[in-house]
Amino acid sequence: MLIGLVLGYAAIRFRVKSDPIVDQIDALLPQTQCGQCTYPGCRPYAEAMAAGEADINQCPPGGEVTIQALADLLGMDAKPLNAEHGEHSEKTVVTIDEQVCIGCTLCIQACPVDAILGAAKQMHTIIKDECTGCDLCIPPCPVECIHIVPVKTTVLNWKWPKPGDAPVGFKQNA
Amino acid sequence: MPESAKNPGTSPAFDRLYSFHGGLKLAGHREITEAAAITDAGIPPLLILPLLQHIGEPAECLVEKGDYVFKGQPVARPVGKVSAPVHASSSGTVIAVEPRPISHPSGLQAMCVIIETDGKDQWQEPGKAGLDYTAMDPDVLCAHIREAGIVGLGGAGFPTPVKLAGARNNIDLLLINGAECEPYISCDSRLLQERAEEVIGGTRILQHIVAANTCIIAIENHMTGAGQALQAALDADKETGIRLVRVPDIYPTGGERQLIKVLTNREVPSLGLPMDVGVICQNVGTAAAIYNSVTRNQPLLSRIVTVTGCGITDPGNLETLIGTPASHLVKACGGYTSHVERLLVGGPMMGHTVTTDSVPAIKTTNCILAVTHEEMPPPSAELACIRCGKCTAACPADLLPQQLYWYARSGNYDAAQDYDLFDCIECGCCAYVCPSHIPLVQYYRHAKTEIWSLEKQKKASDIARQRHEAHQARLERIKQERAQRQARKKQALSKDAGKDAKKAAIEAALERVKQKKQEAGVTPKNIDNLTPEQQGLIDAADKRRQGKTTD
Repeated sequence: MLIGLVLGYAAIRFRVKSDPIVDQIDALLPQTQCGQCTYPGCRPYAEAMAAGEADINQCPPGGEVTIQALADLLGMDAKPLNAEHGEHSEKTVVTIDEQVCIGCTLCIQACPVDAILGAAKQMHTIIKDECTGCDLCIPPCPVECIHIVPVKTTVLNWKWPKPGDAPVGFKQNA
Repeated sequence: MPESAKNPGTSPAFDRLYSFHGGLKLAGHREITEAAAITDAGIPPLLILPLLQHIGEPAECLVEKGDYVFKGQPVARPVGKVSAPVHASSSGTVIAVEPRPISHPSGLQAMCVIIETDGKDQWQEPGKAGLDYTAMDPDVLCAHIREAGIVGLGGAGFPTPVKLAGARNNIDLLLINGAECEPYISCDSRLLQERAEEVIGGTRILQHIVAANTCIIAIENHMTGAGQALQAALDADKETGIRLVRVPDIYPTGGERQLIKVLTNREVPSLGLPMDVGVICQNVGTAAAIYNSVTRNQPLLSRIVTVTGCGITDPGNLETLIGTPASHLVKACGGYTSHVERLLVGGPMMGHTVTTDSVPAIKTTNCILAVTHEEMPPPSAELACIRCGKCTAACPADLLPQQLYWYARSGNYDAAQDYDLFDCIECGCCAYVCPSHIPLVQYYRHAKTEIWSLEKQKKASDIARQRHEAHQARLERIKQERAQRQARKKQALSKDAGKDAKKAAIEAALERVKQKKQEAGVTPKNIDNLTPEQQGLIDAADKRRQGKTTD
């Protein structure tokens, strides 16, 4: 009886407010917020997965890495990306052709992470570092001034390739 | 805190040396360059100055195309704490600020300031007076060293003032690293042979800044000439309290952690820094650069570069302006021999191949190595790991290279980190001894950059999550506010409550206007210069009104 009371109290006192498994799944998703998984954002997709309503292979931006991580977390077998939702590609961002932009604010309303700066009848611009590459701003644009650009490889974000054949020889100027 | 740090005054003798795990005895290939005096490479027609020559944030460009720059003038300023400025190493005209090939393993281009030199080599303020460091506050000295653009010249290029600021008052041993352990390279050896007093002078300045109990200059046993010159200079000035210690010729004794282990038997903790065991380590070249920056009041404009290998006609050490293209240095050494096949920046163990000799020598470039096929054959085909364990025996960081290899290859980066991947110093000993010719270091480098990239992605996605949540919250708030407004409007329009509410609103508004008027003390403007009749009429009206309100 006493133990029951203690346990009952503890259950209420220490109740976990949000569902921890949803948080864990959400932490593995790329947070692109693109909606390609058919859910309106990464967290709703995480919730659907936690409820067993969605499969783990519906996230194209995450690709195989995310699928593997989800499989490990949920104790499932990894499976290939469901092609219905799109193909995995390297991360891109968008740019606005500022000469063409008419300042309609439609893209600003579409951006899920508030990465577009501008006001009505003022030129808009993308905050490149905050852009997740979800491409949701492209369809609403009435003048098609938003373009996808790949993230450039520089010496700062370059990755050593896995060992393979190294080229021999070099360009001589001396 | 190490033992000796707790008891200041008891400086250890360093008669006994210790050893680190693994390491290799390698053929030196230094005979030719170590014997010949340093020559001046001269002013190249073009200077190519990358904005990133150090670890940290790239510097921000201060000049544009067409600007004339004097020798020693800053062309880029540091951004943030871990950064360094870049100076024009000779006078001339900036002809471009654009991406150029730099000495980076990626072969990618990076932003550079390109100066067409005019050969005059003129300073903006020639003959600036040197500084008396003994009277200077260490913080001011550190700021001066930062302005001079000094970074670690031993290879990594970590901004020196940042290292000094972190270690101040925290250490008991100042270690000046002259243990040049990689084959072929002899720039530090020549520096000590010819300019020992500069190194000692720089060391004394460093002593003034960090105030360590003990100060050692360490060199390798093979550096006889350097040892003699240094000892002679130290004997000439007994006041310094600096000790010269010779360490065995085992690669990679010149590694910071390995040298500390050899001299003090202290082990720098995993992912830690030398200052965690009370030591700060600076390269001899860095010490000389500090000496120049203080006593001559000059920024870092040149360094010594070893140009060597069987692919070079006349190998030697060159005093090189920062930004000099490798091709100019090769020309100064008589050009290539006919059998040259590969060009490396850095030594044969830790250097990297470059795809063009138009890359400039930067602050961290200690060696330009042109090799022939026989000298350094291209890597043999990679075979399967046979678990022989030779790599483990050779690893100077005491890691398990085999395990790291499996995990790095299979992309199991968590496990690789559990096996201390980030303690790997990429010295190449494991790959050197591997009978299966596995390019182990490249696997580790690949894994390291992958992990960094994943961490960056994780950070970016965390920020994206926060921004998305804020975005959602804002939309929700706007929705609620709109609903509230609509509800109020609806209530106002509903018929029963409508009239009373309207009346009350009007009365409240009138009340507000009245109050405002009173507070502001508003008076009519047309009551000046009134005739007596007019005044009388006003008084009568006021009286009537007062009578009305009192009723």
